[in-house]
Amino acid sequence: MKAAAFDYAKPTALSDALSLLEQGGDDARLIAGGQTLLATLNMRLSEPSILIDITDVAELKGISVVGNKLRIGALVTHTEIEDSDLVAKHAPLLKAAAPHIAHRAIRNLGTWGGSLAYGDPAAEWPACSLTLQATMVIHGPSGERKISAKDFFIDLYTTSLEPDEILVATEIPLATANQVFYFHELARRHGDYAVAGLAAVAEKQGSVLNNCVFTFFSVSSTPVMAVAAQDVVNGQVINDQVIAKAVEAAREEIDAIADITNSAAAKTHLIGVLLERGLKHLVV
Amino acid sequence: MSLKKKVSMTVNGVTVNAEIEPRRHLVDFLREDLHLKGPHLGCEQGACGACTVKVDGQIIRGCLFLTVQADGSVVETVEGLTKSGALADLQESFMRHNAMQCGFCSSGMLLAAAELIEKQPKASREEVREWISGNYCRCTGYHAIVDAIVDVLEARAKGQKIKPVVAHA
Repeated sequence: MKAAAFDYAKPTALSDALSLLEQGGDDARLIAGGQTLLATLNMRLSEPSILIDITDVAELKGISVVGNKLRIGALVTHTEIEDSDLVAKHAPLLKAAAPHIAHRAIRNLGTWGGSLAYGDPAAEWPACSLTLQATMVIHGPSGERKISAKDFFIDLYTTSLEPDEILVATEIPLATANQVFYFHELARRHGDYAVAGLAAVAEKQGSVLNNCVFTFFSVSSTPVMAVAAQDVVNGQVINDQVIAKAVEAAREEIDAIADITNSAAAKTHLIGVLLERGLKHLVV
Repeated sequence: MSLKKKVSMTVNGVTVNAEIEPRRHLVDFLREDLHLKGPHLGCEQGACGACTVKVDGQIIRGCLFLTVQADGSVVETVEGLTKSGALADLQESFMRHNAMQCGFCSSGMLLAAAELIEKQPKASREEVREWISGNYCRCTGYHAIVDAIVDVLEARAKGQKIKPVVAHA
């Protein structure tokens, strides 16, 4: 199908983008990579009156280390993350996750910030940002505010971003030497949205894991942390008994939601499969 | 509301100026306005990869990219890349393996494969399959397509060229 008619503006300053967004109100949409938006326009699921193309706004670009944080600009593409040495060194989880995002032609355009702001519970970056305890840097008419990933994802496709605000960047604590990471998703075709996925981090001392974060995605209306399973694992030597307990806890605590092809029971089962694989991987 | 925007871009080495509606995606512009029939439209939602073209040196989905977004860019389609010889060994290999069937998906497959060979010259057969999974072949020609790409990777690694199936005049 073809998109309905709309106007198009391409500001170069963040302040201009914010003014256009305010003027446009509900009928305006920001476009960065547009890899979700263009599909919804083509199918006429969305009919904005104006697209505000923010890809020339310099403040939204680039990956850098600022103090003890890795700063990833909202406009950074999935490919840039996939190919970045800074990301590989300071946020290996993102490096591991990137190849799972759609396909290269889509990763070349789709952006970090777009994925976070869209808040798709099946997407990789919301889950990763939650796992890495990222902070969202947001600009709006009243200036800058920061919010943790934990408080950013509210519900299905719903974040705490206000309609007149723009996600500028994300700050992620740098990976430490004893941290280990795991990312995996189960999909029908490589690059499709996951039926279920797991993004995990832990501090490893010998075969003991501490400060674990296990975030499951594509199983609920937001990415969701398996807190009870984390408590089971923290401070323990990982063996079959601990794995079985953690799997049971994760399946118990996460209220999985069915999608069009997979039942809630199937997703609950896969949560355990992923966690078992993840724990075995983390202690190797 | 101004419905048309002026754009200027380089398409297959030629400067193109046009006035187009912002809603017009790049492949419609290439096909309908510039009469380039290499990029195809399949699903128009990013799933099939038939619309794959290169913008500023990297492959993109031409159905998920607006012509206005290409203003100031360098756009390359299978026509331009065939002429430049950039895809020559892949095209020979596709012919050698009969890796095209109806040919509808071939232009997208070739462009996707070319980026794989550039970015991951040591890709395994499994990685070729994962990479090319973004492009649908409705005739299920995948096996021959993967064979063709793997042959080019192996030939490149050995510094060899793919031998033509038919001798060129």
